[in-house]
Amino acid sequence: MIKIDNVSKYYGDFNVLKECSTTVEKGEVIVVCGPSGSGKSTLIKCVNGLEPFQAGEITVNGISVGDPKTNLSKLRAHVGMVFQNFELFPHMSITQNLAIAQVKVLGRKQEEAVEKGLKLLDRVGLKAHAHKFPGQLSGGQQQRVAIARALAMDPICMLFDEPTSALDPEMVNEVLDVMTELAQEGMTMMCVTHEMGFARRVANRVIFMDHGRIVEDDEKEAFFANPRSERAQQFLAKILHH
Amino acid sequence: MYEFDWSSIPGSLPFLWDGMKISLEITLQAIVVGIVWGTLLAMMRLSSIKPLSLFAAGYVNLFRAVPLVMVLLWFFLIVPRFIEQLFGLPTGTDLRLTSAMIGFALFESAYYSEIIRAGIQSVPKGQMAACQALGMTYGQSMRLVILPQAFRNMVPLLLTQGIILFQDTSLVYVSALADFFGAAYKVGDRDGRLVEMLLFAGAVYFVICFAASQLVKRLQKKYHPA
Repeated sequence: MIKIDNVSKYYGDFNVLKECSTTVEKGEVIVVCGPSGSGKSTLIKCVNGLEPFQAGEITVNGISVGDPKTNLSKLRAHVGMVFQNFELFPHMSITQNLAIAQVKVLGRKQEEAVEKGLKLLDRVGLKAHAHKFPGQLSGGQQQRVAIARALAMDPICMLFDEPTSALDPEMVNEVLDVMTELAQEGMTMMCVTHEMGFARRVANRVIFMDHGRIVEDDEKEAFFANPRSERAQQFLAKILHH
Repeated sequence: MYEFDWSSIPGSLPFLWDGMKISLEITLQAIVVGIVWGTLLAMMRLSSIKPLSLFAAGYVNLFRAVPLVMVLLWFFLIVPRFIEQLFGLPTGTDLRLTSAMIGFALFESAYYSEIIRAGIQSVPKGQMAACQALGMTYGQSMRLVILPQAFRNMVPLLLTQGIILFQDTSLVYVSALADFFGAAYKVGDRDGRLVEMLLFAGAVYFVICFAASQLVKRLQKKYHPA
């Protein structure tokens, strides 16, 4: 589904990603972790072309992301993305947030889009809030709406960029629950997160990054039981003792 | 001791009102054109296409570095000739109002574009990323998500700039156009009561602008309490 092949990226002289390669098969859930500044968010943003990269190739469902001839908007319409800061549109109601891209990008009718949006809103347990504005919801609720908004586009895979990092601790689980459910339904997912409990529960593989390099790319059991690199061992030791 | 004589005011009110209508007309169209053209300039300036951003930067810097009076004089001297030729009008057609309007609109666009640029930049970068991630084009993202938020943040500034603009319209007197200030000046000159007329005109400008800025303040409190 997603194939990342020898991708390198520079900000000027700074080498953010160094020859990263991995694949995500259909239905797989991949968790990407690593210390901050390791390039994991940059990597996931390269997958839908939000960040350009200078070398290597990424294909999503067989379509090359880096190819200038690719219609990126069309590709992105079917790759769902969830951001650290939710990025709901604050000047629109929840209903309109869910419907707008369906109408403007996929060309669905407004009623059809609203109906679909409300169905997904119900699925993330927020149907009662349809008429509200994003500012009236808690962080966890906003993130669940953001997930519903992405799902409304019928994505072939979902990218999560630290979806729980900006949340108060008591709201983390409501978001992880939605993500877990999604994973169990067979959604192809690539998640940048520090939530190792989530990784243990639903991930197929765990990727560990450090200094722009993919240091480990392992089955989750192997990763947690016996990380090969010293850097990953240190990282796990720090994060798991909290 | 100077003796004030206000008697020439009541009779000249209709003439002054005609002048006020010209002032308001220039203000309004300069605001509308300024915001539309200013928005385009701001988007060009923020664009990654080099020639566009260079053009917009040059335009804004040029107009902001030149006194308004001078711009108005240029347009007063040049634009009428140009329009006459373009539309084949007889020489000497009165195009003072048209050229004043064009001058104002182009000049104010430079200021509006800076306000709007700041407004666009005040919208978090993630909003654009979210639009793109949903498959929206650049144009859709701007129109549906970025600009509506930018304008909401900018309304007080845009209105304040409108008030300044209204005061600046008095500068069209250099082209002998009878806007409110020009009309007051003419009446005062005719009746030898320049001091009274200028004091009166000043009072009118003060009342209008002060009231308008109080309104803006109240609006700001209502929508951005804090």
